[in-house]
Amino acid sequence: MDIIIYGIINSVTLALMALGFTLVYGVSRLPNFAHGALYVLTGYITWLLMNKLGVAYPIAIIGGLVISALFGAAMYQFVLIRVRGMPISEIIASYAIGLAILEGLRWGGLKGATFTLPPFIAGGIDLAGVSVDFQRLLVVGIGLLLFGSLWLFVNYTSLGLALKGMAQDERAAMTLGIDSDAMAVVAMAIGSALAGAAGVVLLPLGNIVVEAGYYVLIMAVAVCIIGGLGSWTGAILAAFIIGFAQILTVVYLGTHFQVVVALVAIIATLILRPSGLFGKQKELEERV
Amino acid sequence: MASEKKDRRKERLDRGIKVRTDGVYAISSWLEISYLVIPRFVFIVGFLLLPVVLTPFPYWQKVISIICMYALLAIGFDFLANYVGLVSLGGGFYIGVGAYIAAILNTHFGVSLVFTIPVATLVGAILCTLLFLPCLPLRGVYFAIVSLMYPLLAARIIEALNIFGGTDGLIGVDGFSSKWIETYVLIISLLIVVFGLRRLVTEDLGLVFRGVKDNDQAVKASGINITTYKAFGVLIASALGCLGGACLAHIYMWAGISQFALDFSIIPIAATVVGGGGSLIGPVIGCLILVPISEILRDFGTLRIAVYAIILTAFIVYKSEGLLNYATRKYEQFERWVEI
Repeated sequence: MDIIIYGIINSVTLALMALGFTLVYGVSRLPNFAHGALYVLTGYITWLLMNKLGVAYPIAIIGGLVISALFGAAMYQFVLIRVRGMPISEIIASYAIGLAILEGLRWGGLKGATFTLPPFIAGGIDLAGVSVDFQRLLVVGIGLLLFGSLWLFVNYTSLGLALKGMAQDERAAMTLGIDSDAMAVVAMAIGSALAGAAGVVLLPLGNIVVEAGYYVLIMAVAVCIIGGLGSWTGAILAAFIIGFAQILTVVYLGTHFQVVVALVAIIATLILRPSGLFGKQKELEERV
Repeated sequence: MASEKKDRRKERLDRGIKVRTDGVYAISSWLEISYLVIPRFVFIVGFLLLPVVLTPFPYWQKVISIICMYALLAIGFDFLANYVGLVSLGGGFYIGVGAYIAAILNTHFGVSLVFTIPVATLVGAILCTLLFLPCLPLRGVYFAIVSLMYPLLAARIIEALNIFGGTDGLIGVDGFSSKWIETYVLIISLLIVVFGLRRLVTEDLGLVFRGVKDNDQAVKASGINITTYKAFGVLIASALGCLGGACLAHIYMWAGISQFALDFSIIPIAATVVGGGGSLIGPVIGCLILVPISEILRDFGTLRIAVYAIILTAFIVYKSEGLLNYATRKYEQFERWVEI
């Protein structure tokens, strides 16, 4: 029972971490390696708004998300747009921005137990004999809510459909009058906000630490690669596979191996099924 | 102003002397010979004299060894990225493997330093190549991501299994007998590597490498096994990294998990981008600029990684050709505005 409940929680956590990354990659083929940094940055901004400016918690969260979205959009508009179409430069540039944010925050003194966000609802509950705190249940709830609303957004609004069009066939979308760069900015803004949302939901479970940024990036990449880059179903499935695999390793092998599982899974997936579990897009040209 | 700009463009033409020195006329006069020789001469002699000039500052002499170590790694990165077409973000892995092999040989088996460095270079290169072999068919972004995982994975496994000294690392590795030997071993091997590789990429082998980079399907269609060539490219690059790592273990007299760290992956990339990729000397120049900056910023801790990252972003976005390619262009060509 332990394994099932915590497995589900862990899986939804991973899916949340990966959501923004897979959205941006799916729409604009842009591997946003600053994803983890945005996750930490949003948590930090929220903390700053709350503790230094005395803003109420919910408003601070919204402020953090808005700033994160603006940052993501600016990052595309002013930096990444210039290296568009050169995958390696995209990776290096976005990774460098992420590093600058993370290491800058670390230098600015982001360490220790001072930097914590309070849980939304304190306390916990017994669930079939396993004690779970409310925040973890909220993670699952908010995660499902976000997946649902994102699905509705992509399939039933004109902006969402435009994004979907871009993801499926950029050139055809452009002939229909969809502006490729504008959509990429929108996707980056939403993706960054989602990274931030994952941050504010998940960070109350621990301290805000710089290492979380790297961990989130690795996990997001792992989930997306195993699921097949750009595939949503694949990403969610992969989140569940890694999520349960991690919980099983923790129970049977030890905590140290938790990250190893994800890395080995990535390497194995890339070798055995280079396009991921559900990756169909351009699999031959791009990968092997 | 805008309309004026439309009417003219910049034209670049090779200088006469550059064209003459391309062929056999290079030896026609001292002017042509010196045009060719002086830049290389300045580079080699400058490098050889650097430790002597810095004798009053022993600390900076040590920095030269570190520069060479990073430069070896950066050349490996440049070679793989611009000649073989594999972007390897996991430079730390080569350094770590080289350092650990040298340290294990030295501390556990008492092998002296004269043998540990070559053995670590060779064995480490073979080991790295074998480990990378399964993911060599991958291209572009995918290889980059997987190679980024390798050093992380290695550090985690050493930590988790508590082998090779676990988190403490291996201490008590022999140092070089004198700092002059230490510096010059690195400088001379660096120079050999730079000019050897520059020669190699113009040979037939280099042609196949570039073919693999530019159009691997065409190379495959010519009946050449591309994975073999990619493996050979990785072998060369990882040998350079392992050489650097082995020397590093002997310089610091220590090998540990931090040798798989991010620094070793990001600095060579930054150096290549800043110095100019594709020239094999560019990365060395990049290291000569970036590593001292890193040493100056050492007091500020992780700020230096942030500074690097910003320099890297600025260069890749606004000056992606790099310093050396820019300088080469100015040296070989003149520019003028022409009316259209």
